[in-house]
Amino acid sequence: MGLFALFSRWPLLRQLRNKDSTALGETAMSARSEKLAPRTVQADKVVRSICPYCAVGCGQKVYVKDGRILDIEGDEDSPISRGRLCPKGAASFQLVTGTHRVTDVLYRRPRAMQWERIPLHKALDMIAERVKQARDSTWESHDDKGRTLNRTLGIAHLGGATLDNEENYLIKKLFTGGLGIVQVENQARI
Amino acid sequence: MPGLGISFGRGGATTFQQDLANADCIVIMGSNMAECHPVGFQWVMEARERGATLIHVDPRFTRTSAMADTYVPLRAGSDIAFLGGLIHYLLENERYFHDYVVHYTNAPAILREDFQDTEDLDGLFSGYDPETGKYGPHTWQYEGMDGVVPAAGHKEVFSEPGAGGHGKVRGKHITEVPRDKTLQHPRCVFQVLKRHYARYTPDVVSRICGVPKELFLKVAKTLCDNSGRERTSAFCYAVGWTQHSVGVQYIRAAAIVQLLLGNIGRPGGGIMALRGHASIQGSSDIPTLYNLLPGYIPMPHAPDAQRLAQYIHNNESASGWWSQFPKYIVSLLKAYYGDAATKKNEWGFHWIPKLTGDHSHMSTVANMADGQVKGYFVMGENPVVGSMNGALQRKGLQKLEWLVVSDLTLTETAEFWRSAPEVLRGDVRPQDIQTEVFFIPAAAHTEKEGTFTNTQRLLQWHHKAVEAPGEARSDLSFLYELGRRLKKLYADSREEKDRAIQALTWDYPTKGPREEPEAEAVLREINGCTVADGKPVSGFTELKDDGSTACGCWLYSGCYADGVNQPARRKPGREQTWVASEWGWAWPANRRLLYNRASADLEGRPWSERKKYVWWDAQRGRWTGEDVPDFIADRPPSYRADKGDRGLDVISGDDPFLMQADGKGWLFAPSGMMDGPLPTHYEPLESPVPNFLYGQQCNPARHEWRRKDNPMHRAWGDPRYPYVVTTYRLTEHHTAGGMSRWLSWLSELQPELFVEVSPELAEEAELENGGWCTVYTARGEIECRVLVTERMRPLRLGGRRVHQVGLPYHWGYTGRVHGDSTNDLIGFTADPNVSIQESKAFTCNLLPGRRSHDRRAAFGWEPWPLPPGVVEVPRDLEGVGPPEQPPQDKE
Repeated sequence: MGLFALFSRWPLLRQLRNKDSTALGETAMSARSEKLAPRTVQADKVVRSICPYCAVGCGQKVYVKDGRILDIEGDEDSPISRGRLCPKGAASFQLVTGTHRVTDVLYRRPRAMQWERIPLHKALDMIAERVKQARDSTWESHDDKGRTLNRTLGIAHLGGATLDNEENYLIKKLFTGGLGIVQVENQARI
Repeated sequence: MPGLGISFGRGGATTFQQDLANADCIVIMGSNMAECHPVGFQWVMEARERGATLIHVDPRFTRTSAMADTYVPLRAGSDIAFLGGLIHYLLENERYFHDYVVHYTNAPAILREDFQDTEDLDGLFSGYDPETGKYGPHTWQYEGMDGVVPAAGHKEVFSEPGAGGHGKVRGKHITEVPRDKTLQHPRCVFQVLKRHYARYTPDVVSRICGVPKELFLKVAKTLCDNSGRERTSAFCYAVGWTQHSVGVQYIRAAAIVQLLLGNIGRPGGGIMALRGHASIQGSSDIPTLYNLLPGYIPMPHAPDAQRLAQYIHNNESASGWWSQFPKYIVSLLKAYYGDAATKKNEWGFHWIPKLTGDHSHMSTVANMADGQVKGYFVMGENPVVGSMNGALQRKGLQKLEWLVVSDLTLTETAEFWRSAPEVLRGDVRPQDIQTEVFFIPAAAHTEKEGTFTNTQRLLQWHHKAVEAPGEARSDLSFLYELGRRLKKLYADSREEKDRAIQALTWDYPTKGPREEPEAEAVLREINGCTVADGKPVSGFTELKDDGSTACGCWLYSGCYADGVNQPARRKPGREQTWVASEWGWAWPANRRLLYNRASADLEGRPWSERKKYVWWDAQRGRWTGEDVPDFIADRPPSYRADKGDRGLDVISGDDPFLMQADGKGWLFAPSGMMDGPLPTHYEPLESPVPNFLYGQQCNPARHEWRRKDNPMHRAWGDPRYPYVVTTYRLTEHHTAGGMSRWLSWLSELQPELFVEVSPELAEEAELENGGWCTVYTARGEIECRVLVTERMRPLRLGGRRVHQVGLPYHWGYTGRVHGDSTNDLIGFTADPNVSIQESKAFTCNLLPGRRSHDRRAAFGWEPWPLPPGVVEVPRDLEGVGPPEQPPQDKE
């Protein structure tokens, strides 16, 4: 490379020549960074989502390749968030792909000192049996004045407010409408 | 949400975040919006750039304060005095919006003669029953009325003897309520309001809140200067207002201010309730709350809902939108029980379990600690960190037979049996805990589809991007599978008690390799359909009370209109008007700004060109404008109800609050509130000072749990616990940490628990910046780092100095970063309307250094007695207060 060519690549000169006062454009690039592309361009699909943290409801774009999430970014189409995400929203990529995720069903026996793995279908069977047993043994059909109660206070539920409406709907329907559990509660109270 | 629901008719933010940009003044109080809702805060900044004034009132100077034109430090727990001061100011100086107040609020309504105010009874309203510690609302009624059914809040109080009604549908004479439009009648709401707040003068505000008088007057004047025909002001609040023993009344107080200033239903106005979770609004609308059915339909109470007719009678209003109540409950029962719900069996109403009192979270946990609960489902929640008195929560978990935790990771709740402080300390041994624990790994938001309802009542659909890893499943899938198994287990039963689960409709279509239920089918059920052909209804106006329609939540009806998933609509914001009606779907009926009829004057013309939003188009004979009009579309402004009218006919052309029985914004709440028709200043249960205004120290109708494992401090001036403490969130963490404390990116930014103290307090308590500190209350003690900062400042209340400290609350004993749980310091006490705890104002003490004992009352530690010569002081006037409770702690 000639001396002139080398000199003309001097960033300050390029910045002056390009009238790039903030030096955030082309002048900030090196030969390497010129070739870089965001990993999101590799995505084979972009799925529209909503941030799961606070209630602002920022739009998210989930970039997916080969069934794996590449990245999550703000959705500039959203009239609320206009493409922005806060530190939590920007970290939601780690929330959904991080190593902290537990992907096995775990079971702790009474008085045990550790967890053990059990299959999901077995856990569901066991939980269903326990619900039935607890419900049947604590059922209150009437109070002491003979008034209908049709309920159990032997089972309770506490749900997070990051659940979907459809999930909350099924909780109330199954637990209260189907099983007579009244102590169905939520973060909204807390 | 009853604060908004009772005042205006619906329990949701009256406006939407983008509309904040239209405000001329924004008051943020009880919220640190810049740090807790950073992306929403851009609309506040946008307003500022357009010239709006921003006021932040808060115990702590935060990033929100840094962006504000005026920052007002005030004592935690004194907001009603401040807001009451504003009400006093704008009434005394006649700065209220006269035409709006006369026509759109209940200011002219005349009250019964036997109503007595807190000014007459030293801090009590008439109707207080010392036996039960509760109010009856009979004396709060409009004159000549047979009871007004509130649009929200506690309707069950109406079924009590003497509450009016006498076997007829209540509210029949609403059109005959005497009104004085000159606002001069001594018993009209306007005059009652004036007397109630007569003593909330700038001097008194200063004395109670610690706010300099000049600063208070500056806020009052700015707010008034920016309200009226040409200008509007908005309020934003969050849990800094709700988490108090009188929290609902905080919001009521703001509602009164905004109604008097004419700021509701108008662009740039309103009250923006800032919720803290992706779908916390949704989980009240489609509630997982003990006292509600979907769409704010109250759960039946055993004493007065034995039959459907009786239940309907207690909830139906003869006038206003709640006259439609029978359609909504019958359609819900049809959605739940399908063909098994028939007219003959009252649509299966008796299968809905009946309440007998408070079954809220704290009551449940107290019962759990007493061994009365066998099984507990915790889904996406971490109560041992996120709920008050964490040690008592853990004590409850230890007494269960089984616990099911569904989450992304092993939270403190899932691991309470092996790593809780009392376990590590040796007070409790895992081998003595008999609780069986199931951990079900949950799917993340990107692994399932469904809707969140955000803080502005907007439903937004999120699509599924990938399959959940391993055995992780959505809660929808878990519930569906559990429901199928239970239906099978009960299939052969002949017992009456099992009829409900047998009748429950549970045939959701499945899809994908794992045969997971389709969320869209559930959304369809929520929207509602005609039973005969299964076609989605277009909205709640199509629902019927004859069993021909089924609808899972009337309030959300319309979200699947025309068979289209409306919440999934994503027309880019830049291709629409600023209201963006084609992005997602907002309840009710896709209205973005509620009560928007009030943006027009009596004749239906915009109050001003600048604040034009919805108006009457006389030529077309319809309301029209920027948004879906929140009014009966073709009802002209000139329409007036006749004496004998019922139902929706009662809504006159000048009744913008059509959910209300009288169509008016409620300055005074004749019913629905458990602790009084008007907000009144009461001290928190633990305060540094006595109540300056009344002999009654605390909210007389509050809930208390008087238990050995839930000790309280002296009502005021406890020398053992001299400092006021308030809790809060950080930008980098999410509530109990389950979604943030496991992430390295976020944990690195906020690794450790700290306490914010002022330099003056640091000197007094001998604390060093960056050093350790033990914070303790009678409930327990925690250790954290000290952050000495001028953002906290001591306040002057009269002659005395009051110190406040601030504590974030995100840490616990598992996760990538650990720390003590702030909520271990907080006791069980609650607002009587919503059973929300008082975690934003209580008292504590500080010691330099790390904690030496890790004591917790729930596990046997007894707080030290009061020093000699100091005696307990009552929270109540004689004969007032929560009734004595039987000892619940059996140990």
